Amino acid sequence: MWDYSEKVQEHFYNPRNAGALEDANGVGDVGSLSCGDALRLMLKVEPETEVILDARFQTFGCGSAIASSSALTEMIKGKTLDEALKVSNQDIADYLDGLPPEKMHCSVMGREALQAAVANYRGEVWSDDHEEGALICKCFAIDAVLIEDTIRANSLSTVEEVTNYTKAGGGCSACHEGIEEILAKVMAERGEAFSGDAAQVVNAAPVNKSVDQVQADAMAALTQIEMPVAAAGAVPAASGAPKLTNLQRIRKIEEVIERARPALQRDRGDIELIDVDGRMVYVKLTGACSGCQMASMTLSGIQQQMMEELKEFIQLVPVSKAPATSA
Amino acid sequence: MNTIYLDNNATTQVDPAVVEAMLPYFTEQFGNPSSLHSYGNRVGQALKAARQQIQQLLGAEHETEIVFTSCGTESDSTAILSALKAQPERKEIITTVVEHPAVLALCEYLEKEGYTVHYLKVDGKGRLDLDEYQSLLSDRTAIVSVMWANNETGTFFPVVEMAEMAWNAGVMFHTDAVQAVGKIPMDLKNTKIDLLSISGHKLHAPKGIGVLYLRRGTRFRPLLRGGHQERGRRAGTENSASIVALGKAAEMALAAMEHENTEVKRLRDKLEQGILAQVSHAFVTGDPDNRLPNTCNIAFEYIEGESILLLLNKHGIAASSGSACTSGSLEPSHVMRAMGLPYTAAHGTVRFSLSRYTTEAEIDKVIEVLPGIIDQLRKLSPYWKDGAPVEEAFDPAYA
Repeated sequence: MWDYSEKVQEHFYNPRNAGALEDANGVGDVGSLSCGDALRLMLKVEPETEVILDARFQTFGCGSAIASSSALTEMIKGKTLDEALKVSNQDIADYLDGLPPEKMHCSVMGREALQAAVANYRGEVWSDDHEEGALICKCFAIDAVLIEDTIRANSLSTVEEVTNYTKAGGGCSACHEGIEEILAKVMAERGEAFSGDAAQVVNAAPVNKSVDQVQADAMAALTQIEMPVAAAGAVPAASGAPKLTNLQRIRKIEEVIERARPALQRDRGDIELIDVDGRMVYVKLTGACSGCQMASMTLSGIQQQMMEELKEFIQLVPVSKAPATSA
Repeated sequence: MNTIYLDNNATTQVDPAVVEAMLPYFTEQFGNPSSLHSYGNRVGQALKAARQQIQQLLGAEHETEIVFTSCGTESDSTAILSALKAQPERKEIITTVVEHPAVLALCEYLEKEGYTVHYLKVDGKGRLDLDEYQSLLSDRTAIVSVMWANNETGTFFPVVEMAEMAWNAGVMFHTDAVQAVGKIPMDLKNTKIDLLSISGHKLHAPKGIGVLYLRRGTRFRPLLRGGHQERGRRAGTENSASIVALGKAAEMALAAMEHENTEVKRLRDKLEQGILAQVSHAFVTGDPDNRLPNTCNIAFEYIEGESILLLLNKHGIAASSGSACTSGSLEPSHVMRAMGLPYTAAHGTVRFSLSRYTTEAEIDKVIEVLPGIIDQLRKLSPYWKDGAPVEEAFDPAYA
């Protein structure tokens, strides 16, 4: 079963504002029976002020579709139409303390129903640019349409390129076959054959090497700094380097963490230094980073930079795995 | 709150007697059955006994026809890949559109590798067209792989007859019998089935153990190479505790076969009739007259399966659904689509699968709460008004 937040469950089991709104003056219908999700949003708008006096919904769909609808009505009641239109699908997801990546389309549907209902109230015709493909990369929630468009726009021809442009495939690697299929299709359109060679180069490389490469790419993208890629598992030589004091070490460790933070924050996450104990560096991942399937990759990239800065072996430990006390 | 577990086609609870049987093989009986000393020898004897218990359940002629694997998926992969390797001149596979992903995903992969796969279609009740099947059998066919009973609807395929047809055409026959073994009597020695897959955790043994039945004389190439375990047909040190457990579970399933086909079936029928009598716009999917005694799959129109499951779960009732939303895909179950289920119902299917542990009181409880859940969700649905569907009233900006 899905890992729904408490808030999603609460809004599903006790939906707010469910049922028909008889004197609605703005109604937005989106979805269909055949696609498995359908939402009707009904608004009662005060004509003078355009304030949403009441909002109700009817939804056919899964738990998160119902919860998203419920959340949406709560969020927009009392707002003016223009204020309400500022509510994004991400806002709906945030209100519910997050949705699983496969379920983000439920919040998108909420946002679209809102646009449709406002258009209906204003007597406009709302046409959506709704296009949603099958979810390919579950680690980063990237769907087939985005991958296809990106390949087309940038004439990409390898999985690695797709990963660099879209992040898709940069996590658990399970979707590489799926990305290859899309590549083959789009490349055929432009009269090229997807070369199995490129795929084979990736596949033929020792596993460690290709993981390293992905890691290095991810980190380079994250920190946007040039980073020499060390050989797998190599500890930078300590030869001739003066020994750092503990204070100097901690400062350098802090510098590396500060450099990594902006990129993590862009992805709605963060990292915090908790303690340094010998070669063990304890950090805490928060926000979107906690529980992210990419966390270990992020950590190992940061660890690599610390080792290069300090010229010594460092082990970066997320604090949930740290010993109870570190004396 | 006690849990009412009606998802036995997904997995089953390990029978306490099975747990008891396997425990010594984690402690004092830790030997490697390949070892010459008495530690190993005693375990070797236990494996032999387990093999015989499974032989009994399947009605196999020889105990050596039982090859232990790690799961049903491994058994399926071993069977199909073996047939291709052993007969390199044959490049075609016949299977069905409603197989388990363990077979379908492998076949899709093999198509990319250059093999031709024929997928037999099903009708609205999930039944095959045997004329179509006959017309596809040829000397190009490496193997036929057809499930004995469908995991979602419980519908049987006529595998005994189909194996006979394959044999007459000189074609190897495999059946994924993961759902059927232990629920219906089998007598493999009097069939032409060459290969058959079993999964332990579907019949009250633990996860991580499976069997490939391999008829004596069937051409074979192993999937895993290494040691001489399983006579070289499946290398890797035997999972002795789980093998002993599966042997015990097989013995118990054989003893409970009568109960499964009378009492469990009676409860299943009671559940089904109890629900359908109270809920409108609902129907049984698959072939009601020809299916597993424990399985019932009901489609509820105008509502979505995951929502039903979440509300059932709140009452401590565990079932499953073929809706798109439970799997994370955008499409409802391939089985429901293959049967051409109306789009009003394709997202609202719920599968109840019973076991010999299911009680009358549990079934009564489901019959009591389910109609209210369906009603509650329909009241939320824009396609429903005052106890009847109002499909045309919904006018989406896009569909």
